[in-house]
Amino acid sequence: MSFSSPRRGLAMTLTAASLVAFLARPSVAAAQDTTSRNEGVSLRLGYDPYTKPGVLVTPIGGAAGDSIRAIVQRDLDFGDRVTVLPAGGEVVTSGAARVNYALLAKIGAAAVVQSTIVPGGLRVVLHDVGGKRVLQRRQFTLPASRDTPAWRLAVHDVADEVEGWITGTRGVAATRILYVRDAKVRIVDSDGENDRPVTTTGSALSPTWHPNGRTIAYSVFGDRGTQVMTRDLNSPTARRITEAGAALNITPTFSPDGAMLVYSHGEEEGSDLFATTLTGGLGRRVTVGRGTDNVSPSFSPDGRRVAFTSGRSGHPEVYITDVDGTNAELLTDFDFGDQSYRSNPDWSPDGRMIAFQSQVSGQGFQVMTINLRDRSVKQHTSEGSNEDPSWAPDARHLVLTSTRSTVRQLYVLDTESGRVRQLTRGGGARSAAWSPPLVRSASASATTAARRDARP
Amino acid sequence: MIRITRVAPLAFGLVALLGVGCRRQKPETQPAPAIDADSAARADAAARERARQDSIANAQRAEADRLSAERAAAEQRLADARAALTAAIYFDYDRADITDEGKATLDAKLPLMSANAGLRVRVSGHTDARGSDEYNLALGQRRAAATKRYLVLQGVDANRIEVISYGEERPAAAGDDDSSYSQNRRAEFEILSGGENLQLPQQ
Repeated sequence: MSFSSPRRGLAMTLTAASLVAFLARPSVAAAQDTTSRNEGVSLRLGYDPYTKPGVLVTPIGGAAGDSIRAIVQRDLDFGDRVTVLPAGGEVVTSGAARVNYALLAKIGAAAVVQSTIVPGGLRVVLHDVGGKRVLQRRQFTLPASRDTPAWRLAVHDVADEVEGWITGTRGVAATRILYVRDAKVRIVDSDGENDRPVTTTGSALSPTWHPNGRTIAYSVFGDRGTQVMTRDLNSPTARRITEAGAALNITPTFSPDGAMLVYSHGEEEGSDLFATTLTGGLGRRVTVGRGTDNVSPSFSPDGRRVAFTSGRSGHPEVYITDVDGTNAELLTDFDFGDQSYRSNPDWSPDGRMIAFQSQVSGQGFQVMTINLRDRSVKQHTSEGSNEDPSWAPDARHLVLTSTRSTVRQLYVLDTESGRVRQLTRGGGARSAAWSPPLVRSASASATTAARRDARP
Repeated sequence: MIRITRVAPLAFGLVALLGVGCRRQKPETQPAPAIDADSAARADAAARERARQDSIANAQRAEADRLSAERAAAEQRLADARAALTAAIYFDYDRADITDEGKATLDAKLPLMSANAGLRVRVSGHTDARGSDEYNLALGQRRAAATKRYLVLQGVDANRIEVISYGEERPAAAGDDDSSYSQNRRAEFEILSGGENLQLPQQ
């Protein structure tokens, strides 16, 4: 989504851009970007509403310069909020003083990202072309060894921060995605790089992230039942959470405060959701499915409600319940006699939407979202069969499985524009879970850093 | 069937040998000009002895054939019993209730379960590949549990049946068509213990 002037106006009063995105309507009196500067709150630059501002990333000198520039350009492109300009950086030489803002405006640049490799990191300067000024400066720390996963993550963080400077919303490049291939949990960077295994033994399914970004949970199935496991990504040791035995324990999910694990437990009378602490045990019953199947829980961001799949009406539908088990209600509407199938809900990190998969006549399964305010449903896919959506932390992008290239692979969908990119390649992939932000470089400290680093 | 296939090659072999022998002797041996009583008697005795040996051999062969046929029949009955015990049952789309056909297949297991008190089985529930992988695991569990419930209602001790779900993870047929789907919506049976000396129910 592109940020309009009225939205920026509200951003100053609400200070939460994500809230603005759905509350603001164009009827709000237009505020100019000059106002933003005067208020000293928004550091975004001005550009036309509903357009993606042109951004020029200038070439970076030094051995790692080309890699850094390529990563940042791709991240900004994948963010779907700006247009990365293909032109070279010859219009910018060095230092803000000599930047030819008039020429940059002519080639469609609203912002210019100018970076220099410095000892221990990268100094980044963001130019506001319309304002003919330097909007932000910051020095980022980069790990010494290039092209390692940690180094790439640090460069993704640069791109996310720059995206935040330009659009007011931080990017989500510094994230990773858990998924399953050949019954093993794997992890891949948000740009498809560093695809590597997490588990090496057993048959794993349904990986999920702890909000700390380090711990994961998943289920392992064998000939003696299916168990929920947790492990730290830095440690090879997994811990069994559910009791050993020939029962089914699947689809774990962590509560937003990280203290609770909700999963589906089934023996011989259907399956129900149970809540337990991370120390294990069967825990407390959440759903009362009376012999039906109740699986795939997903928490609301406030931790009070859980969306899940239930077959209680005779076929799978998405329901919402309070986490104490009360106030269970059907979310996905269906007509009487309708035998289609809706499942795999994932609550968006901003709390506004739930993504799910729905059987569509003649089209297999497709990914849809339901707006929790007015219950309006939107279908986002139609090519191949598309299933099992998981939200990015920006509540805008979804990772999903799709058969559009015959073999089931992960794709990233921008729910605003409909743009889709392929994330995984090779053997069939499924069961994707998008991480929370993995680098926490707060915007407040960025501002401080910019002030400290600022030079005339 | 078995007898014919075993004896036939032997008989053909003998005929072939004799035939070859006759043809070879003809040009070399002249017919005996005079009758030698002794040699005739010796030949006669030898022929009788050969006939006796042959009849013993035939009787032994017949007995062996009978025994092996009996063994084969017993093995066949055991194989049939094992097949009945492990015969899969099939389900309708997104359903876990036992069909009439499924009931007949399960009923055929009951005499064997009661004739073999030590027999323990594992029922695994499976689904086709459509829909949610996770929901399918739960549906597979419900199919296995419904299967167990039916057998328990017919008198089988619940402790003798384990249930497990594999969801859509272990398809019986690989295709993405209705025929493959219907072969994959199933409950399978595996003998866990007590299957070594399977007792057949009294007819």
